[in-house]
Amino acid sequence: MVQNIIDVRNLSKSFDISSKEPGLKGTIKHFFRRQTKSLKVIKDISFEIKEGEIVGFLGANGAGKTTILKMLCGLIYPSEGSILVSGYLPFRRKENFLKNITLIMGQKQQLIWDLPPIESFYLNASIYDLDKFEAKKRIKKLSEMLEIDEELFVPVRKLSLGQRMKSELLAALIHEPSILFLDEPTLGLDINAQRNLRKFLQKYNKETNATICLTSHYMKDITSLCKRVICVHEGAISYDGKLDLLLKKLSPVKEILIVCRSEEDAIKLKNSGFTVKNKVKNEITIKIENNSITSSLKTILNNFDIEDLFINEPPIDEVIGKVLIKNDYDI
Amino acid sequence: MNLRKYLKVYRKFLHTSLASELEYKTNILVDLITAILSLIGSIFLLSIFFQNNGYIGGWKFEQALIIQAIYTILNGITNTWFNPNLTEIVKHIREGTLDFVLLKPIDSQFFISLKKLNPSGFLEIMLGFLLLFFCIRINQINLNLSFLTLSSITISCSICILYSLWFFISTTTIWFVKTWNAIEVLRSFLYIGRFPLNSFSFSLRIFFSVFIPIAFITTIPSEVFLGLSVLWKILLEVIVAIVFLITSRKFWLFALKFYSSASS
Repeated sequence: MVQNIIDVRNLSKSFDISSKEPGLKGTIKHFFRRQTKSLKVIKDISFEIKEGEIVGFLGANGAGKTTILKMLCGLIYPSEGSILVSGYLPFRRKENFLKNITLIMGQKQQLIWDLPPIESFYLNASIYDLDKFEAKKRIKKLSEMLEIDEELFVPVRKLSLGQRMKSELLAALIHEPSILFLDEPTLGLDINAQRNLRKFLQKYNKETNATICLTSHYMKDITSLCKRVICVHEGAISYDGKLDLLLKKLSPVKEILIVCRSEEDAIKLKNSGFTVKNKVKNEITIKIENNSITSSLKTILNNFDIEDLFINEPPIDEVIGKVLIKNDYDI
Repeated sequence: MNLRKYLKVYRKFLHTSLASELEYKTNILVDLITAILSLIGSIFLLSIFFQNNGYIGGWKFEQALIIQAIYTILNGITNTWFNPNLTEIVKHIREGTLDFVLLKPIDSQFFISLKKLNPSGFLEIMLGFLLLFFCIRINQINLNLSFLTLSSITISCSICILYSLWFFISTTTIWFVKTWNAIEVLRSFLYIGRFPLNSFSFSLRIFFSVFIPIAFITTIPSEVFLGLSVLWKILLEVIVAIVFLITSRKFWLFALKFYSSASS
């Protein structure tokens, strides 16, 4: 049986936030008498993650995804509740715990700016107490997986964003952690670089059975890497389960564009009881529920003279995006 | 603590910092010239103060030069280690890159205090020692074991006090986010350390001994060099250094509980 590697129970986090009125008067007032209020950014959340799982954290900006990741890796003290990661209390930051995890942030970097990435790799290797031979072996293996070679010897400031991100990944994985916390790792990367990064993460997960917790605003990252997602809305978990199931619930119907041989066929089809979205000459778009797609298509193909047929799925970004803003799904 | 690992990491810190600095040759050259000009300027300023009667606070110019030499060594150490590292703490906290430091299996205070090094500060340290040897000659100081031990102890204590003060101020960034001004004020106070403590009024002497222990940083080691120091003063400096080091360490660990990281 696969064990839980992350166990979160009734976790909450509050921050003191100061607010300021606009204008000079507001600025002076803010300087002398700062108004602060306690804001609960994470509200009583509980979940478990199994070893080897890849879990995506979905949510709008400010929903609390990054705060959850930072509490999981021990950077932020929780206000209430308990967290166990790999059997450790993260915020104690014990050496063995830190050797087991890594945090990669798409918008922050740890590589030494003026030096080639290889120097940062060896520095990290010494921090993780790896000998030179072992470090060399791991750098070779990871650079092959990440498909970087000459870039290792070029100063970081001269690398492209994609090359830099690959190098950041290598620096963060040199100690072969078993739990990866990734906060928007593909931020700002072009489509090819995003795809390569996803390919690498899939391969790394497959080869090492590492657990990956990922936040991303690129839905492609989530759909191609995560079977399970945790949706966070205003600090609370609004959905925790399979991505497939979420998508089915969110978009229960598919749109089918049918090109009939003649306009008469299109009119016949329009009057045959299907939900019609629109009709233009011999082209008709109908909506069919996911669970009756096969039977409905069979009926259409048997009873009407069809020239062509297209099944359109609504773009996943659009579907989930709407939900993250409104939080109006009920699962 | 695994000492072997920490030595290995420090060797890597030295290597990467030197390599980073040597990327910019002109900058190093400018820093070196600045260090030489700054020392010449300080000695010139000091000589002006002594022009009238040759004494300030009961110290002769040749004796006051020892304070200048110790100040130059300490300033060199500041520019080599404290300035590049401890000013970076503010940046780490403001930009949230302290996250990377805290998630490494290494002591965070060790990491942020020693990761960087500015090689041009070495010249200042060397110049300081050259001036110190010159002062030893002109003041006809007898170099013996007890003198060397006491002077090493007092200079080490001065380094510890200076480091702790600076680290303490930088740590407050966790709450106040920006503390550049406080660090600048500390640096300005350090300039005062170039003059004998006796040259100030009684109230200022108390201020620089009790509230901001600049007096301990340069005056007590200089008194050791001139054989003017008494044992209780040396012991007091050792105690102050230990208290400051322990307090700054405890304060750092306490402050980390309030670290909220920068938003992404």
